[in-house]
Amino acid sequence: MSKIKNAFEKGKALILFLTCGDPDLETTGAAVRAAVENGADLIELGIPFSDPTAEGPVLQAASLRALEGGVTTDRIFDFVKELRRDICVPVLFRTYANVVFSYGADRFLAACGQIGIDGLIVTDLPFEEKDEFQPFCTKYGVDLISTVAPSSGKRAAMIAKEAEGLIELISGSGTEDGSESENALEVIRLIRENTDVPCVVEWNALPASGQAGEIAKICDGVIIGCEAVKLLEQYGAKAPAYIGECVKSLKL
Amino acid sequence: MTNPKGRFGIHGGQYIPETLMNAVTELEEAYCRYKDDPEFNRELTTLLNEYAGRPSRLYYAAKMTEDLGGAKIYLKREDLNHTGAHKINNVLGQALLAKKMGKTRLIAETGAGQHGVASATAAALMGMECVVFMGEEDTIRQALNVYRMRLLGAEVIPVKTGTATLKDAVSEAMREWASRISDTHYCLGSVMGPHPFPTIVRDFQAVISREIREQILEKEGRLPDAVLACVGGGSNAIGSFWHFIGDQDVRLIGCEAAGRGVDTFETAATVNTGRLGIFHGMKSYFCQDQYGQIAPVYSISAGLDYPGIGPEHAYLHDTGRAEYVPVTDDEAVNAFEYLARTEGIIPAIESAHAVAYAMKLAPEMSRDQIIVITISGRGDKDCAAIARYRGEDIHE
Repeated sequence: MSKIKNAFEKGKALILFLTCGDPDLETTGAAVRAAVENGADLIELGIPFSDPTAEGPVLQAASLRALEGGVTTDRIFDFVKELRRDICVPVLFRTYANVVFSYGADRFLAACGQIGIDGLIVTDLPFEEKDEFQPFCTKYGVDLISTVAPSSGKRAAMIAKEAEGLIELISGSGTEDGSESENALEVIRLIRENTDVPCVVEWNALPASGQAGEIAKICDGVIIGCEAVKLLEQYGAKAPAYIGECVKSLKL
Repeated sequence: MTNPKGRFGIHGGQYIPETLMNAVTELEEAYCRYKDDPEFNRELTTLLNEYAGRPSRLYYAAKMTEDLGGAKIYLKREDLNHTGAHKINNVLGQALLAKKMGKTRLIAETGAGQHGVASATAAALMGMECVVFMGEEDTIRQALNVYRMRLLGAEVIPVKTGTATLKDAVSEAMREWASRISDTHYCLGSVMGPHPFPTIVRDFQAVISREIREQILEKEGRLPDAVLACVGGGSNAIGSFWHFIGDQDVRLIGCEAAGRGVDTFETAATVNTGRLGIFHGMKSYFCQDQYGQIAPVYSISAGLDYPGIGPEHAYLHDTGRAEYVPVTDDEAVNAFEYLARTEGIIPAIESAHAVAYAMKLAPEMSRDQIIVITISGRGDKDCAAIARYRGEDIHE
């Protein structure tokens, strides 16, 4: 039903994450276009939240820059509508529950459907609470994307069974003893057993040691998150060219 | 239909990242296993009585009663507990639970520093490592408590993100917990956050109203007409209310920090100025803008300077069982000084919010009526800040 599967037609998908409005929406637009021209298969757009409790310092700073730049949910909707004139790859929104809830879940997802958003990831909405937004996602044809973590363990099977669009493996604990990658492999195995929905992994979630290569090999795609945001932090409005280069270098 | 687990009406729930789900599930299972365990409860009661100094006194404030000329006023003296506040009740319970779960490290957030001090104390007592997250702004406002925590062997990490106050300390503690679950228990200090925290903290604080009930029945032979407590996240308030919720004739009044006033942006009065939202793991009322961005709140009291309120309070507000009233900085400071002069008791500036509302309410009530005010903590920590508020340049 959703267009998200198109991103995986040519093999492993390369996914770019950016926070909308960091540092302004013109730059976000230019960065998305540069990434797509250089082979990005799917775009994940962050709607900034004042208190991103699950994010590390790099993404916290990006949210703050965007909010200080004056971006709002309504401006982001207008921006995506404009972006959709020439960007055809699937586009997801990633945000926090209160951004959707306070806008009105029905109204928020109606707008998503209208402007061509294919999926929604809500960082602080675990499997147990997904009915908060699921009915509205279904109503407007937007996939509610599930996340799993290396610490998910057996939960991964339950999550996979009801997954739609894609599943994101996000980073969990920062242990470097290799147990993280063992756990991640087990989680991916459980996903594979329970669904055909593709599983993608955050590039920076791949452990420095252990079986990073193997994880990258068996999953269906990688998300470039922190790397692109760091380029925005460093180069601001000039970052899109560097982001294009970064996507090109990672495209397999 | 949303998940019924950990709900208070529509409020509560478990709105947290997947990375924390196994941690809260593990905690919930452990709590279910131990909460009615006789051995666990025996150990906890011994700690509360022998170490924390419970039961705390229910003191008849005769001079205050006479001066205000209305209802009889009793003070529930949580300020007399070891470490100087009600926070120790919850911390001893959670630290004991963490120990049973095999955890060796406690992390905590703190606003005024009272919960941080209590956590550092329990960790020292039980031989656990302790890390406390505290907004940088609060480490300045409550410098004495920072020193106390370090003296007790805890590491205090100043949080510089956002408004550098309590909400940012909670966010940072959640991040830390998500990255280190195996040996770490997050000792949350208020009746907030994801299920099962609002229930666990309420159960451990309910000792306050259990004692008030026994003590007032013994002294007056009847229940009070009103119970007052200050509300930030709302742990001392829910503890003070819990055993009276079924008694419809007992008014339950939570006193929120209005800061410079509910008609200004410099306020932390969540029920009076906020609206329904989802944040820090729970559905409840929050101070926020039209797009759901959490508002930078303000109160003179670091312990009430939080943009949300515990989900059970949100529910008690919805059903009308409890009332939530705003009290400004100015009213609280007046009450702080009033209680010191009148009864020789220096309350925490947080607790002074409840005293301030009692000063308005008592004269409107008759002499045969009874008010209980929970003095959640002692005010030594606030003296320097209040002196500065009054224009005196003193340094600790």
